[in-house]
Amino acid sequence: MIAEIGHFALILALALAVVQSTLPLIGAWRNNAAWMAISRPAVTGQFVFISIAFACLMYAYVVSDFSVANVFENSHSAKPLLYKFTGVWGNHEGSMVLWVWILALYGMAVAAFGGNLPPALRARVLAIQGLIGLGFLVFLLATSNPFLRLDPVPLNGRDLNPLLQDPGLAFHPPLLYFGYVGLSVAFSFAVAALIEGKVDPAWARWVRPWSLLSWSALTGGIVLGSWWAYYELGWGGFWFWDPVENASFMPWLMATALLHSAIVAEKRDALKSWTVLLAILGFSLSLMGTFLVRSGMLTSVHSFAADPARGVFILGFLVVVVGGSLTLYAWRAPSLRSSGRFRPVSREGALVINNLLLVTGCATVFIGTLYPLILDAISGEKVSVGPPFFESSFVWIMAPLFLLAAAGPLMAWKRADLPGVTQRLTIAFAAAAAAAILLVALKGGPWGAILGLTIAAWLIGGVAAEFIERLRLFRVPLIDSFRRARVLPRSAWGMSLAHAGVAILIAGGVGATNWQTESVQVMEVGERVEVAGYDFTLASLTDSQGPNYDVRRGEFTVDQDGERIATLHPEKRKYWVQGMDTTEAAIRTTWIADIYVAIGDPATSGGIAVRIYHNPLVPWIWFGAIIMVAGGLISLSDRRHRVGAPSRARRKSTPAQPTEPAQPAQPAQPAESRSDT
Amino acid sequence: MKRKQRRLLFVGLGMAALGIAAALILFAFDDNLVFFFSPTEVQAREFSPDQRVRIGGLVEEGSVVRDSDGLTFRFNITDLSEIVAVSYTGVLPDLFDEGQGVVAEGHMRGGTFQAVEILAKHDENYMPREVADALKASGQWQGDEAE
Repeated sequence: MIAEIGHFALILALALAVVQSTLPLIGAWRNNAAWMAISRPAVTGQFVFISIAFACLMYAYVVSDFSVANVFENSHSAKPLLYKFTGVWGNHEGSMVLWVWILALYGMAVAAFGGNLPPALRARVLAIQGLIGLGFLVFLLATSNPFLRLDPVPLNGRDLNPLLQDPGLAFHPPLLYFGYVGLSVAFSFAVAALIEGKVDPAWARWVRPWSLLSWSALTGGIVLGSWWAYYELGWGGFWFWDPVENASFMPWLMATALLHSAIVAEKRDALKSWTVLLAILGFSLSLMGTFLVRSGMLTSVHSFAADPARGVFILGFLVVVVGGSLTLYAWRAPSLRSSGRFRPVSREGALVINNLLLVTGCATVFIGTLYPLILDAISGEKVSVGPPFFESSFVWIMAPLFLLAAAGPLMAWKRADLPGVTQRLTIAFAAAAAAAILLVALKGGPWGAILGLTIAAWLIGGVAAEFIERLRLFRVPLIDSFRRARVLPRSAWGMSLAHAGVAILIAGGVGATNWQTESVQVMEVGERVEVAGYDFTLASLTDSQGPNYDVRRGEFTVDQDGERIATLHPEKRKYWVQGMDTTEAAIRTTWIADIYVAIGDPATSGGIAVRIYHNPLVPWIWFGAIIMVAGGLISLSDRRHRVGAPSRARRKSTPAQPTEPAQPAQPAQPAESRSDT
Repeated sequence: MKRKQRRLLFVGLGMAALGIAAALILFAFDDNLVFFFSPTEVQAREFSPDQRVRIGGLVEEGSVVRDSDGLTFRFNITDLSEIVAVSYTGVLPDLFDEGQGVVAEGHMRGGTFQAVEILAKHDENYMPREVADALKASGQWQGDEAE
């Protein structure tokens, strides 16, 4: 019964999506306020019904209702409760329900926060959201119905892939989807603007918070997946340039570009049609990622069981969405005129180059990812494109971007004073030089690593320079700087944080790829090996049982110079239902490096295969990413980003005014208050 | 600067960026494309010892032997019509098993494939697509779809 309610709720949501995607569009075209207004109740209804369906599916998982085929295939009564919940999206059908639910949630958020959007624009945006929802709901009901029943009812299920029974991976898909689907809002705004033939700074101001939210979620989702791969796959690596990783990375690159170009569109009324194009491409790439993952064309942990009908459907949908929106773009974009003028050396110019580099980088990832598929389709030859390709193309395109990221925020809008900017970057030059000298003296190489870390130091120096500049640190009394810091817009804090996070992440990635020490050997209990200056002793090996698996647990003691610094417990699990092994690495972080131990199979001679890694700077990858996400969210909380909801913003900011003593001083420095991100 | 000049400058910059990217891509492709072969194809051609390739098929039943050092494995990869002997030193992935699909990356040296990396499937009913195709090509495919 519950499953049928869920199924029925999905059908009702589909019916509402039809309403939402047609009537408001016609209403906006014929200027019929009543038809336009339908979009809001329709979007709410859609959200309610998809929520019901989602809850029904979740209920079926929690009570282990194996009469539902989807539950039978992906769950088991002995599975821990957390994974009964998260197992809902650990498979194709369930993850599509999560996808449409998030889409409906975003639609509702646009309706709720878009109170002061012009009614026609709001109606069109919601109608485009409705169209996307319509496409996915048809896909779900026609090819991927999660509520199909089984008869006779099996006694127990086939369990969730044990690799996915992990807290890191449990929340990776929802975050990633928040990011992917968030780009649909920017897309809908872009298409609506093309229909209206009007893009103004207000439009860009509405688009920015959505892109920011989606970018933050995408960053978090990608990094969570990378962290999972790091500790769960037992290889000590964190990024493999796997096609599916790339599929999430490309929308991220586009979202990053969009984030920056929307600033120019908002503040300077320039780059408007370019911003629209980025919004279209960003969402198109996230659809393409969905297509690649679900069509069975890739060999990866992410591949869901392949069904050609699904691949064909999503490919068709992709063609309609990308083709349709790009055609609309080609037709309408020439009418989008920008009024903002600027010199090549200016903040705008720097952001244009930022966009060029990000888009070019995205293009190289795109080619590296799709080339094997294209070659296979054309000639039947099978190739793979591995990390070396991306390291010798993409990385080189990103390097100038990071150099520029230090200088860009110091440049003035319209025309910047290059010698002045160079002078203000003294601290960045100093940081880079110090890092380079120190690294050559201490490490001596490889030179790629030294270059990478020097760039990271340069970027951190640039962030510091920009911060000092904003606060007039050392030039005005400290108390004035402090006051400036308090009134600094949150978006400025957000930008500085995000850029600093990027620098830390680069440092982590560069250090990890260049200075990893790996040691693989067979060890018997009591045996000791030395890796990177640490002594590892296998103290014991014990066999026991977890909730739904057998586990072999090793105990390693780690000593440095005769002093005990850690006891590590790596595990090898064998899950009962699927008979599958998983590796649980044990990691001890010193905040500068990770000590990483994983165990493998027992050797015939007794003893066990052991992998030990010393991974310098890996923890910085995770810190950097957390700081980036924090930067995105702080920027999102900026008062000016809430213009979409003026009533709320006013309510919040009015009482806040008196508590900010330096607020009245702001008009006195218009240059600074304008020059935020 | 005039509007037209500015646009020209940025278009020029864009072209330059794409040109550099294209050059980098071609340069990177040159060294880093790894071709995939089935055991039948491997036996039918010569490989230089430096050429990095991927081979794929099933791990032949009963062929996995572990050397006394406990870390070197020898096994055969088969497409059920030809076999290739493989040696690999390291820890095999969790899902490596006899009779299961596998992809190995490495070099063909002296009649033995010296693998530097072993990729196994990620769940029990998933077959790497290349392996499924290789089995189909050798006429030994039993399953009905690439699952």
